[in-house]
Amino acid sequence: MPGLSFLVFLAIWQGLAVYLNSNTLPTPEKVAVVFWQGCVSGQLLFHLGVTLLRLVVSFSIAMLLGCAIGIVLGRNKKLDAFFDNWLVIFLNIPALVTIILCYVWFGLVESAAILAVVINKLPNVIVTIREGTRTLDQDLLDMAHCYHFGRRKTLVHVIWPQLHPFVMGATRSGLALIWKIILVVELLGRSNGMGYQLHLFFQLFDVAGILAYTIAFVSVIQLIELMILKPLDKKSQRWRR
Amino acid sequence: MTQIQINIHSKTYPAVGQAGHHLAIANLNLSFKTGEFVCLVGPSGCGKTTLLNIIAGLDTDYEGEILVGQQYTHPQIGYIFQNPRLLPWRTVRENIELALEKHQSPAIIDPMLEVMQLTQAQNVYPERLSLGMSRRVAIIRGFAIEPDVLLMDEPFVSLDAPTARQVRELLLKLWQQRPHTVLFVTHDLREAIALADRLIFLSAAPMAVISEIIVPVPRAERHNEDAIEAFRQQLLNEYSEIKQLL
Repeated sequence: MPGLSFLVFLAIWQGLAVYLNSNTLPTPEKVAVVFWQGCVSGQLLFHLGVTLLRLVVSFSIAMLLGCAIGIVLGRNKKLDAFFDNWLVIFLNIPALVTIILCYVWFGLVESAAILAVVINKLPNVIVTIREGTRTLDQDLLDMAHCYHFGRRKTLVHVIWPQLHPFVMGATRSGLALIWKIILVVELLGRSNGMGYQLHLFFQLFDVAGILAYTIAFVSVIQLIELMILKPLDKKSQRWRR
Repeated sequence: MTQIQINIHSKTYPAVGQAGHHLAIANLNLSFKTGEFVCLVGPSGCGKTTLLNIIAGLDTDYEGEILVGQQYTHPQIGYIFQNPRLLPWRTVRENIELALEKHQSPAIIDPMLEVMQLTQAQNVYPERLSLGMSRRVAIIRGFAIEPDVLLMDEPFVSLDAPTARQVRELLLKLWQQRPHTVLFVTHDLREAIALADRLIFLSAAPMAVISEIIVPVPRAERHNEDAIEAFRQQLLNEYSEIKQLL
């Protein structure tokens, strides 16, 4: 069934492109040719690689910091009350504003780009993990305390498994959000990566190039879902009936 | 030898909304000997769980002191809760192993699994266990850490009578092999007589001791329902305050 639906999608695209006969909507075949040329020349893979590297670095920093801060805020009512307004402010600052400010304050450098992405994603992770931490089962925490589990054991065996659905939620929404922000970051202040390339294609009105790069990126994100997230889900949920 | 001395001057719950503050325990003095199996019997809501939480160190908001031996600064306490509190994402064996101290070998679990008839189920996740089996796992976890004191908070409540009886017999078998001091909370007098060396009757809140009675029924006769019932009737006839309590 997924194969059939994909074929129907391609057929509609092909039909529309032939009917309109315009440069602004190339046929799937033309896009495939551009995609292949990009792969052969190494251009596409280079820019895709650069963007993926930025994605991995900023995503890891945002998730690690976000989980740590989220757990602390979820367990500590006073700190949570103190920082709650900060979180709301950071959640609502438009991505474009943080990107511009980071570039203005720190220059057009790699670390400013990464920082801008992290600042955009971090509040989301914190809020999700904080909500998860609030729902932790106090009975199990008491049990862990009674049996002298200690901090590390409690975190690994009692808290983390309960937070797992929240972490996976933050991961999925995080990947989707971060890669969109990274493109804007690259468009505004980097001289490589997908965002930079898309900007070039835009100036040339090269729609086939734009679509070829988009397909490459979406495929990578799909692969991450299939090869990493789904198996992780399956493994961590094996105890459920 | 007295191993545990409990002196609680007061335990109060703060006022919430319209309800004023609630005095749960007042001037409670109890002592227990090493290896003694004591049942604390009292009506529902009299503060038995509160008392166990204080002993376990889960509730520190009280006035008084708990002394476990003279030499212990951090008494090892096993707590078998009313619901089993197993980690659903860890197997039966992992749940028990996680509670062990670093110096303990995981192999000590095996004979206990056998006594509790859980050897076959040791690699199963708790969601696949019956309630009776989960309770048995929790009992092993409590014994496995070789506790100075083992607290049991109505661990057989909501089991059907035959299952409760079976688990009770398995518990006694395990305890006779590993005679740790046990404080067992219940409101079921028959259960208390079947298990205990000594019964302590507690009043409704604020909790205080009404009477303490040594159970004279020999251990060998504890499986005999008639002997237990006879002693229960004798208690109810001799002590009017106990009759009112139950």
